[in-house]
Amino acid sequence: MTSLISARSLTKTYGDFVAVDQINFEVRKGESFGLLGPNGAGKSTIMRMIGATLQRSSGELAVLGKDPEKFGPQIRAHLGVVPQQDNLDSELTVRENLYIYGRYFGLSKKFLTPKIQELLEFAQLEEKRDVKVEALSGGMKRRLTIARALVSEPEILMLDEPTTGLDPQARHILWDRLFRLKELGVTLLLTTHFMDEAEQLCQRLIVMDKGKIMAEDSPAELIRKYVTKEVLELRFGSDKNSQYVDQLRQKCDRIEQLPDRILLYTNDGETLLTEIVGSGLHPITSLVRRSSLEDVFLRLTGRSLIE
Amino acid sequence: MKVKEAQREVSRFGALYIVEARFRNMFKWRSAIITAAILNPVLYLLSVGVGIGSLVNAKQGAGGVDGVQYLTFLAPALLASAAIQGAIDEVTFPTLQGFKWAKNFFAMNSTPITGNQIALGVYIAALGRTFVTVVIYWLILLIAGALPTGTAWLAMFVAMLAGGAFGSIMLYLTSKVEKEDFFLTAIGRLIIMPLFLFSGTFYPLSSMPLILQPIGWISPLWHATELGRYLTYGHSISGLMIGVHFIFLTSLLALGLKLAFRNFTKRLSK
Repeated sequence: MTSLISARSLTKTYGDFVAVDQINFEVRKGESFGLLGPNGAGKSTIMRMIGATLQRSSGELAVLGKDPEKFGPQIRAHLGVVPQQDNLDSELTVRENLYIYGRYFGLSKKFLTPKIQELLEFAQLEEKRDVKVEALSGGMKRRLTIARALVSEPEILMLDEPTTGLDPQARHILWDRLFRLKELGVTLLLTTHFMDEAEQLCQRLIVMDKGKIMAEDSPAELIRKYVTKEVLELRFGSDKNSQYVDQLRQKCDRIEQLPDRILLYTNDGETLLTEIVGSGLHPITSLVRRSSLEDVFLRLTGRSLIE
Repeated sequence: MKVKEAQREVSRFGALYIVEARFRNMFKWRSAIITAAILNPVLYLLSVGVGIGSLVNAKQGAGGVDGVQYLTFLAPALLASAAIQGAIDEVTFPTLQGFKWAKNFFAMNSTPITGNQIALGVYIAALGRTFVTVVIYWLILLIAGALPTGTAWLAMFVAMLAGGAFGSIMLYLTSKVEKEDFFLTAIGRLIIMPLFLFSGTFYPLSSMPLILQPIGWISPLWHATELGRYLTYGHSISGLMIGVHFIFLTSLLALGLKLAFRNFTKRLSK
């Protein structure tokens, strides 16, 4: 498969601050690729460099085989960009927003009229077509921003934190739309700090922290490689948690103490819980769950994704 | 193929797509824009032109000011200042909105559109709206009998040149605003208002103390007013000064645009 994006030692510095630190990765045609990491990990900076609106400090970057520093407009003609913050034209209607954005790509009215209809259906905004953008809900604005990014039939759809700030219901509607695009074979590049978003939408992802890549693989492989199958979460009460950590440590593969709870990594959570209760310990609450990318991140960095 | 052709169109006509979007925005405000364009001259003509004019005319007698009725003297200055105000309004608000409030310039820039094209598009659209204002103003002045000569219609283009010069500088300055928009108030009170008052608008610049006259010399309004008076009632002015006024306004316009282009591109890629 050909790679649509390829970064070699890609670096961005602001004065002494290194936002992106010599990273390497490739995004192939048709895949959905994620950048997972907490705020400030350098995800948006990478997106803007790929989107040819921010110059890199050093390293190499090729987007669709071209250098974004030299061929900005030519590359941007093939990208659909969904920024972290909606930047729709709030005084224009839903339809007008799609239309003017299409015009920025030099697309004709003849092309845009059916395209806009198709996108309104896709974004489930047909009823809102003549409503001013300022009257839309957060989820609708997000869907419109995604529809807008698709107006030029881009080769790569880039989404920066697509569901941040949305309520769970709006988030699920959006995931459903993005999943549909993935099925259609659109190349997706997205950043997120939600592990479930990354697990649902990304075939392959890089886990980032402080401008560096900590790991790269499919979500399932990352979980297999870095953590056990299950996690047992125990709470003994915030001041008592630390008392039990040493005692519990021998019983499992790995243990993490968070401010409010203890995480025990094991391949069989229920059995471990029975054993612990059998040994005379009585946690206030206990929960057995499957390991997630959150656990991978914790393992790799010692910190939570959302702080 | 389709994409490739479309892309070539954008590199050539990108600014016009921005103009199209801006016009769509302005169209939402069409009644406010037209109402202001009519009320502004009518109110000025009634209060200053007729009201103060009757005092001035009574005092000056048959000679009037600069050899004409006060309203005739005042007309080109009002026309140019309306053009300046219109251009300022239409470059400052979209630019603040584009960079700060709605950040839609960043949306434009994530397409093949460049920073230069955004700046140029906003600028051309502002001048388009200004032209509507100027034509309405001119017609009202004509009806009021303040435009006696056959060359008076050319004053519209001189006014546009003043709006263009001021507008390009304001486009640049607004693109530099990072913090709050008190900037606009400051510009209005500390620059535009003084220039309006000291540019030979209400009386000849020469009747002011010499020490205050340089304010007029650096003001696009004064240069446009001098040219306007020459065109609307034959105000006496040397060929050299016509050249000076014209070159001053066009240079300012070009300088402002050049700086705006550079800063738009810089700010979008920060």
